[in-house]
Amino acid sequence: MTDTDDPDVTIDSKDASCPGPLMDLIGKVKTLDAGTVVELQTTERNSTTDVPEWLEEAGHDLVEIEERDDYWSIYLEVN
Amino acid sequence: MHRIAIVGGGTGGTVLANRLASELQTEIADGNVEVRLITADPNHVYKPTFLYVPFGKKTVDDAKRPIEELVDRRVTLTIDEVTDVDTDQNRLSLADRTTSLRYDQLVLATGANLEPEAVPGLAEGAHHFYGPDGAERLRDELADFTEGHLVLSVVGVPHMCPAAPVEFPLMVDDWLRERGRREDVEISYTYPINRAHGLESVADWATDLFEERDITLETFFNVDEVDPDAEVVETVEGTELEYDLLVAIPPHRGSDLVIDAGLGEDGWVDVDRHTLEATAAEDVYAIGDVADVPTSKAGSVAHYEAGVVADRIASRARGQTPTAIYDGKTVCFLEAGMDEATFIEFTYGEEPYVREPSKPLHWTKLGYNESYWLTARGLL
Ligand SMILES: Cc1cc2nc3c(=O)[nH]c(=O)nc-3n(C[C@H](O)[C@H](O)[C@H](O)COP(=O)(O)OP(=O)(O)OC[C@H]3O[C@@H](n4cnc5c(N)ncnc54)[C@H](O)[C@@H]3O)c2cc1C
Repeated sequence: MTDTDDPDVTIDSKDASCPGPLMDLIGKVKTLDAGTVVELQTTERNSTTDVPEWLEEAGHDLVEIEERDDYWSIYLEVN
Repeated sequence: MHRIAIVGGGTGGTVLANRLASELQTEIADGNVEVRLITADPNHVYKPTFLYVPFGKKTVDDAKRPIEELVDRRVTLTIDEVTDVDTDQNRLSLADRTTSLRYDQLVLATGANLEPEAVPGLAEGAHHFYGPDGAERLRDELADFTEGHLVLSVVGVPHMCPAAPVEFPLMVDDWLRERGRREDVEISYTYPINRAHGLESVADWATDLFEERDITLETFFNVDEVDPDAEVVETVEGTELEYDLLVAIPPHRGSDLVIDAGLGEDGWVDVDRHTLEATAAEDVYAIGDVADVPTSKAGSVAHYEAGVVADRIASRARGQTPTAIYDGKTVCFLEAGMDEATFIEFTYGEEPYVREPSKPLHWTKLGYNESYWLTARGLL
């Protein structure tokens, strides 16, 4: 089980416009070990589809997308 | 004396200095205000010229003019590198000076830097047209390139100019056709996200054109490493692409000056997107590529931002409350080949409309490039 309450890494990409959040994520994931749980915070609706698509392409796992009051938290696990 | 300091004599800094010289001419003449432009390079460089250098249409000398010729004589010009910004004391340190400079209002307009070294093998394996040396080397390479696989890869996002990566493959396609070499050259274009461009309408437009012109599109392509000996690009997603001539839009970075001053963690200044005031310090603004705002790193952005900041600074120098704001206006020409172009215009959160490319728009782009020198002087 992955604990989304306590991610290993949080990337705050709130207010960044597309493709900022996805690029922030890609830049960071490159530096992380397998098993790391990441929370990407984004205010860009497109991220909720672009990010899962990229995770699939790059072979990482989408854990959960949570809608907050004014942003989304996208949780994933690096493979 | 109210001291206004501008760091960086590129598009943003030069337009701003000239605007302020004119808006505050009375105050400057009375000795109540000083507008100082501090820039490291004695030349002003107009980077859009570099796009035409690989095709032999322009030279790197066409891209530069002495900054002295472009700034209003009421501006105090200092050719030097700013090495430190102290936002607590409102002081700047300069490389060639032992004393520091005090400011009442400061604008950072230091632009973006290329960092090909950020990706292993990229500096050795790839060409680019984003700086004078790169553009000249690419011109020589392209002149002798008669067959093989040409790959244009957008490695870094954000990068300068939203249009240039899309323009290059369209121009090279046309250029090779004119020379009867197109059939022996395969052209690919790669982009990091799941479409051809960050702006959706530009992505749609480019995707159709690429298909029409037989340019292969590779998306979700994030370059991890380049092997210059084997001539292979490897991606984070696990793809491998062989090339004979690799042209990359290299990763960009802001500056250490910004990081050291605590104005932005990654070298871009964190600013309010409407007022362009730094979020981490008082009396500091950022315009142009170094400002972290949600639009493209384009000369037009630097130009419009300079107008807004000139108004805000002039108001403050006169003791008034500033009201001018920047709405994200961005204007950009896109070459669709060697003799036709289109044009986009948008503000924050707005999706641009891409017009049908035409010859008149191509000539308008070239005309704009020529008249740029008047823009920099603040005359247009
Ligand atoms: C190939 C190419 C094509 C382009 N085409 C277009 C186009 O068609 N349309 C468009 O709108 N934009 C285009 N751009 C982008 C445009 O050139 C930039 O967005 C624009 O130059 C940004 O202006 P700026 O004032 O922020 O920075 P710059 O023009 O880069 O100027 C920065 C200045 O700061 C100085 N500086 C840096 N650090 C210091 C320091 N520590 N101390 C003192 N001085 C310092 C530098 O010497 C330089 O003079 C293109 C860019 C490239 C590379």
